[in-house]
Amino acid sequence: MANQFTPETSDTELVRRAKAGELDAFEALTNRYEQRVFGLAMRMLRQEQDAEDVTQQTFLSVLENLEGFRGEASFSTWVLRIASHAALKIIRKRKGLNTVSLEEATEPSEDLNSIPHPEFIADWRQSPEHLVERNEVRRLLDDALTRLDEKHRLVFLLRDMEGLSIQETAAALELSEANVKVRLLRARLQLREELTRVLGDPARQLIQSHHHHE
Amino acid sequence: MKCEELLTLLNEYVDGTVDPAVCEEFEKHMAGCNPCQVVVDNIRQTITLFKDGQPYAMPMQFREKMHDTLRKKWKEKHPGQ
Repeated sequence: MANQFTPETSDTELVRRAKAGELDAFEALTNRYEQRVFGLAMRMLRQEQDAEDVTQQTFLSVLENLEGFRGEASFSTWVLRIASHAALKIIRKRKGLNTVSLEEATEPSEDLNSIPHPEFIADWRQSPEHLVERNEVRRLLDDALTRLDEKHRLVFLLRDMEGLSIQETAAALELSEANVKVRLLRARLQLREELTRVLGDPARQLIQSHHHHE
Repeated sequence: MKCEELLTLLNEYVDGTVDPAVCEEFEKHMAGCNPCQVVVDNIRQTITLFKDGQPYAMPMQFREKMHDTLRKKWKEKHPGQ
């Protein structure tokens, strides 16, 4: 029984068999997504114990609710949504916000008119493929993410790092799509700014006043 | 199109969801505006870099404990299997 599933076995097939009561199929699904769930939880919460709690809660919840999963979204999206809900709960508890939505409780809605303009503009000295291998770049990415406001970081995590759509990100974080879009833009611009200040080639910095250019 | 407008359409452009007519204007602007072109490149590289970054490894000990817990729960839910 143990090795009857291959990487080619689809999630849909595994879900079908887990629903039919096959523990092996459920374990195969868990094996497939536990790293991703843990990684997301770590990035959202930045605390290992909390990330472990979220990971376990997520798969317990999958176990409990699998029968009700109708496959409207992909299984991976469904799991990531459960995980981000669980992580959000912890974030709210940390802030002492138990029932209120993360959105309205912390700030007025943002709009596109107040988007900060790019300041440091330069081509990077190396391609992302080269950069990603380097340890100091890893630290740079972590630091830049940490400096983002939480509301911007969560959107960037789900949308750009986990690959959820705008709609899925909005559903997972209980935000409006419009709000997700603005936050995503802010996150991307701030990260671009910070990374370019370190990775950009100063010799090729474009000093031209971007703001007034037509 | 001005730089400011381009900025508000940046997400849609980078994600490939921008309206084709707007896309054309966007690209026309970029062709004549080097800073905007570089900003768009930078944004794309930023996203790639984060997407391909190292994931956090889940501690093995925790993994084993979790799998035990899940198996126990599963058996409670599916008795007799």
